[in-house]
Amino acid sequence: MFDTPFWISYGLPVVHSGLWSLVIILPLLVAVALLTYVERKVLSAVHLRRGPNVVGPFGLFQPLADGLKMLTKETIIPTNANRLLFLFAPILTFVLSLIAWAVIPFDQGVVLADINVGLLYFFAISSLSVYGIIIAGWASNSKYAFLGALRSAAQMVSYEVSIGFVLVSVLLSVGSLNLSDIVMAQKNLWFVVPHFPLLIIFFVSMLAETKRTPFDLPEGESELVAGYFVEYSALTFGLFFLAEYANLILMSALTAILFLGGWLPPLNIEPFTWVPGPIWLALKTSLFLLLFILVRAAVPRYRYDQLMRLGWKVFLPFSLIWLVGTAIVLVVMGWLPALPAS
Amino acid sequence: MLATYLPILVFILLATGLAGGIIVASLLVAPRAPDKEKLSPYECGFEPFDDARRKFDIRFYLVAILFIIFDLEVAFLFPWAVSLNTTGVAGLLSMLMFLGVLTIGFVYEWKKGALEWH
Repeated sequence: MFDTPFWISYGLPVVHSGLWSLVIILPLLVAVALLTYVERKVLSAVHLRRGPNVVGPFGLFQPLADGLKMLTKETIIPTNANRLLFLFAPILTFVLSLIAWAVIPFDQGVVLADINVGLLYFFAISSLSVYGIIIAGWASNSKYAFLGALRSAAQMVSYEVSIGFVLVSVLLSVGSLNLSDIVMAQKNLWFVVPHFPLLIIFFVSMLAETKRTPFDLPEGESELVAGYFVEYSALTFGLFFLAEYANLILMSALTAILFLGGWLPPLNIEPFTWVPGPIWLALKTSLFLLLFILVRAAVPRYRYDQLMRLGWKVFLPFSLIWLVGTAIVLVVMGWLPALPAS
Repeated sequence: MLATYLPILVFILLATGLAGGIIVASLLVAPRAPDKEKLSPYECGFEPFDDARRKFDIRFYLVAILFIIFDLEVAFLFPWAVSLNTTGVAGLLSMLMFLGVLTIGFVYEWKKGALEWH
């Protein structure tokens, strides 16, 4: 018998996952473009303005025009900056915002990498994103960038802790780190019902993680003129921008998966089950994205001490107590989930 | 087992290639006309003076230390949460003891004012 040639046994899976990755990356970038457009449209509607309406029908091609403009701008690397790190930071940030999508399940079995530590992988990737910001702020060698980087690092790590506790509470109710298992565990009851306070903590922590208003102190345009990426121009800035919005969509999708049953229809009956799973996931994700945008339109910026107080003195104790409570209830009532057969 | 991680590796390589490609494309397409003023660090209305890498508030460092403690705690909780149905009451009690010790430390920090920002 012939052995399978080397290039088939190794080449085919690589090509297969490469194509799969493109199937995720390309729609994601389109979604990011669309999100920036929708955000501007919604914000302008809130302000009773028209918003972008010149480029294309209803201004729909505005993001394309913006991208093209960025492409033709000069990339400025300040003389005092560490050139290599300066260019590395946006690449790192962008890559980190994309690769977490590898474990997001879009439907039963429709996931790029169905690893059994999906949630841990997500947590690790989102922790790493601090590095992109620290490196950017340090390498720029500018006071504003440095201050912005310090602030965002402190802010991100503060809220990371409560995100961790929220994840562990959900984990207790599922008994598996696999994101598909987490969705399937919500077949009968979405976790938003038993864990509703966690959803709120998680959502607000997501606002802080992605540095959106009211927690946009690291970027505070009125004092830090954009913070850690003040020195970036053209597409090096563009990568930060893309990463921020890709992260926003990622966080919304993850919230939908953890609390709103991912791709599952709201009721497991006829008209709802006709709609394919990915559509449900997209709808739930859009719900959170809309909330992100509306919060930006409605809420003023926090003060730094308020931000730290909320993170360390409110969210951390509360999520810790909730975690202990969940564990005790599950053990005492004997509701602990059985390990999924693997 | 390891094969399930292959798509992630491919994904990382693709994403890095894309990001690098975007930056190279902009370097190739866009005009470059550097001058001294343009390449100096951003400053609000005056010439930039001294290095940007200065002393910073110790509290940022304190937050980072606190974060390490609690993030390690979360890292301990992950495997505990997955295996709680096999460890049962014993697992629950030992983790409660562990969390109790950390809570004492947390209360101490709180009382000491390590979490205050003025």
